[in-house]
Amino acid sequence: MNIIRPIAAPGRPAAATLGLVDCDIHPRCADLAEYRPFMTDAMWHRLTTYGIHARHGFHKGYPFPKAAPLASRRDAWGPGGKPPASDLGFVQHQFLDHYGLDMGVLNPLQPSGQGDVNDDLSVALAYAVNEWQLAHWVDHDARLRASIVVPYEDAAASAAEIRKRAGDNRFCQVLLMSRTSEPLGRRRYWPIYEAAAEVGLPIGIHAFGFSGNAMTNGGWPSFYVEEVQEHATSAQAQVASFVVEGVFERFPTLKILMIECGFGWMPSLGWRLDNNWKRLRDEVPHLKRAPSEYMRDHVYVSTQPIEEPAKGEHLLDAMEWIGWDRILYASDYPHWDFDDPRIAIPSFIPLEKRAAIFGGNARGFYRL
Amino acid sequence: MARHIVGAVDEIPPGGRKLVEADGKKIVVFNLGGEFFALLDRCPHQGSALSGGILCGLVQSNEPGKYHFSRAGEMVRCPWHNWEFDIRTGKSWFDPRRTKVRAFPAHVEPGAALASDPQRAKAQSGESAAQKDSATPSMHMDGVAVEGPYQAETFSVKVEAEYVVVEV
Repeated sequence: MNIIRPIAAPGRPAAATLGLVDCDIHPRCADLAEYRPFMTDAMWHRLTTYGIHARHGFHKGYPFPKAAPLASRRDAWGPGGKPPASDLGFVQHQFLDHYGLDMGVLNPLQPSGQGDVNDDLSVALAYAVNEWQLAHWVDHDARLRASIVVPYEDAAASAAEIRKRAGDNRFCQVLLMSRTSEPLGRRRYWPIYEAAAEVGLPIGIHAFGFSGNAMTNGGWPSFYVEEVQEHATSAQAQVASFVVEGVFERFPTLKILMIECGFGWMPSLGWRLDNNWKRLRDEVPHLKRAPSEYMRDHVYVSTQPIEEPAKGEHLLDAMEWIGWDRILYASDYPHWDFDDPRIAIPSFIPLEKRAAIFGGNARGFYRL
Repeated sequence: MARHIVGAVDEIPPGGRKLVEADGKKIVVFNLGGEFFALLDRCPHQGSALSGGILCGLVQSNEPGKYHFSRAGEMVRCPWHNWEFDIRTGKSWFDPRRTKVRAFPAHVEPGAALASDPQRAKAQSGESAAQKDSATPSMHMDGVAVEGPYQAETFSVKVEAEYVVVEV
C-alpha cells in the first residue's frame, strides 16, 4: 500500500466569524498507565487485576465492533500506530490546526469509570480521567477544555468531584452519558445538578454509556444501525425526565447539552409533552410552564450527526423550533462518523445562523 | 486527455494501490487481479482520501436472512463514513445516480510504446509530488515529454517492461 494522507486542504469554514468551537472531541489514553499517577495503589491494583464492570449484560466492552476499529476514522491512528486521539501532536496536526479550531471540548468516553458497577472504582477512575485531561491535554494546548467526568450513579461523590473543580476554568462542563440506570431527572441525581448550578457549569449529556437496561425501548437491538438511531429515543426520555421531574424549576440556571443525539425529535417531543401536560397538569403541579418552554430555555443540542432530510427546509424548521441560539457545532473527532465543519453544516442555513452554530452559541453555553 | 505513467506494473501488485498526482489531481490507481482502475482520491461525500480506505466486497440480499457476498476486494470503503465505491466504475452502490467518484481510464502499455510516444507524461507519486521543485535528474521525466538526447538510453533499458498508464 502506498502513502495515505487526507487530500482535503487545511482551512476553516468561512462562516465561522464568531469563532469555531467543537463541543465533542474524544481523547483516549494510549495506555491505561497514563492514569496511574492519579490513582491510589489500591485502586490501580483493582483496575489492573479485576478490570472495569460495565453495567450491561455482555461479558465486557463492546457487544460488537462499531463499523470501524475503535469506531474511528481509519486515518486517525497516530504515529507508531497509536490509537485515535491519543497523541496530542497528531490531534493538533490532523484536527485542531487543520480546521483552525478556536476551542474544543474534551469528552472522554471509555474507560472513564462512568456508570461502572463498582462504586469505588467508578469514583477513582473519574477523578483520574479528570486529572489526565489536564496533564495530557489541556495544560499543553490552550484551545482545549476538559469535562468534569463524574461517577454519576453515585451523586454525592459526583457533587464532591464537581466542587473540587469549582473555579478552574480548564473545565467547562459536567459530563454525563445518555444511558443511566434511572432517568436523569430522578431526585437521586439532583446533587449533581445542585453542584453544577453552584459552580456555574452546564451539563453535557453524551450518547452511549451502559444503563443495565436494554438499549432501546423495545429491547436489545440486533444491529449497530439500530443502536445509533436509538440515541434519539434515549435522549427524548432523558429530556422528558428533566422537564417533568421539575429539575429546571428547582435549578433555574441549569443548562443541558444533548451531544451526538441528533435533534430532529425535539419539536415532536415538545408538542407531545405540551399536549399531554394540558390534560394531565394536576399530576405535575410543580411545572409552572408548558414543557416546551423549559426545553427552549434549558436544552441545547449539538450538530453531529446532523439530520440530513432530502428537503433542506425540513431541517430549518426543526432548528427554528429548537432555537437558533441553542445549536452547537460538534465534530465527534476521531470517530468514523466525524463531521468536517466546512461540509457538515449546510450552506442553505443563513450565514449569521451558521456563525452562531460554529461559535457564538458555544460561547454563550460555556460562558467563554 | 493526456496519458500519465503511473509506474511499472509490478509496483502495484494485485489488491494493491498507488497514489499519484497527475494534471494537478490526486488519483489512486488500483490493481484488481491484473486490471487497473483509477479513481479521484476524494470521497464525494465529505472529501476524505479514498486511498486510505479498506477494500471490501459487495453484500447483497434478496430477503431478510439471505446474504450474498461477491466481488471481494472490488469496492473501496471511505475511511471516514464508510461510503462504498465500485473501483471499476467509481459509482456508489447506495446512491449511484447522485453519488459517484470520478473514474479515469487506466491500462497497461509496454515501455517501448511509451518511450516512442511524445504525448505521454509521467505522473508524480504522492511522495515525489511534495518535492516537485527540487532539481533532480527525474525532472526530465516529469510533465509532457520532449524528445532529447537521453531518450535512446531509456528505451534501451526499459523496452521489455510494462507500465500502468492513466488518462487524465
